[in-house]
Amino acid sequence: MIEITHDELNAAEVEARVRHPGAGAIVVFVGATRDNTAGRKVLALEYEAYRPMADEQLERVASEMQERWDLTGVAIAHRLGRLDIGEASLVVAVSSAHRKEAFDACHFSVDRIKQIVPIWKKEYFEGGEVWVGSQADFDPIGVRP
Amino acid sequence: MKITVYLFATYREIAGTGRLTLDLAPGDTVASLASSVTALVPGLPPADRLVVAVNNEYRDHDFILSDGDEAALIPPVSGG
Repeated sequence: MIEITHDELNAAEVEARVRHPGAGAIVVFVGATRDNTAGRKVLALEYEAYRPMADEQLERVASEMQERWDLTGVAIAHRLGRLDIGEASLVVAVSSAHRKEAFDACHFSVDRIKQIVPIWKKEYFEGGEVWVGSQADFDPIGVRP
Repeated sequence: MKITVYLFATYREIAGTGRLTLDLAPGDTVASLASSVTALVPGLPPADRLVVAVNNEYRDHDFILSDGDEAALIPPVSGG
């Protein structure tokens, strides 16, 4: 289950979506807004998405997880808009019969989101702001010539 | 043919707009679209480095566009 929202994320709610009688493990990842980057103090962050492409790519990540691992549940929620420091920007919950699948699938999902989902983060500093993202590393699904 | 191009994040700020309409020739590709946009908007990365989505799917530069397509220039993503 995929969700992109301007509302505050609730990790317990996302986790509840993957509860399953056959699940012996539930892994929850929370990505939070950090107060520094490369030694510079960050005051606030802002997330922007290209919708509905971002929703579709997030669905793709969830499908890839289900294809690669034997899971009993996947839920992903991504926050948009302006966030204060220490807020949750991403919550991924994964359940599986045994812990290895859930751990591995959860780790994969976060890397994959940072690779293909059209969502952008802007960091606000004292006296400046910058969109995060590396042109050199960006090649989603190998489309660049 | 008319192609709508959406710009996001850093590209939107460079262009000063989130949306452009291009008039391209039938048979034109994503590569032609990228060249047209970089000619219109100074300050973007070189055309051959641009990542483009067409109708919500990433497409390579050989992809042939159709009238009415919705394209988007996708800057390096940074969600999570």
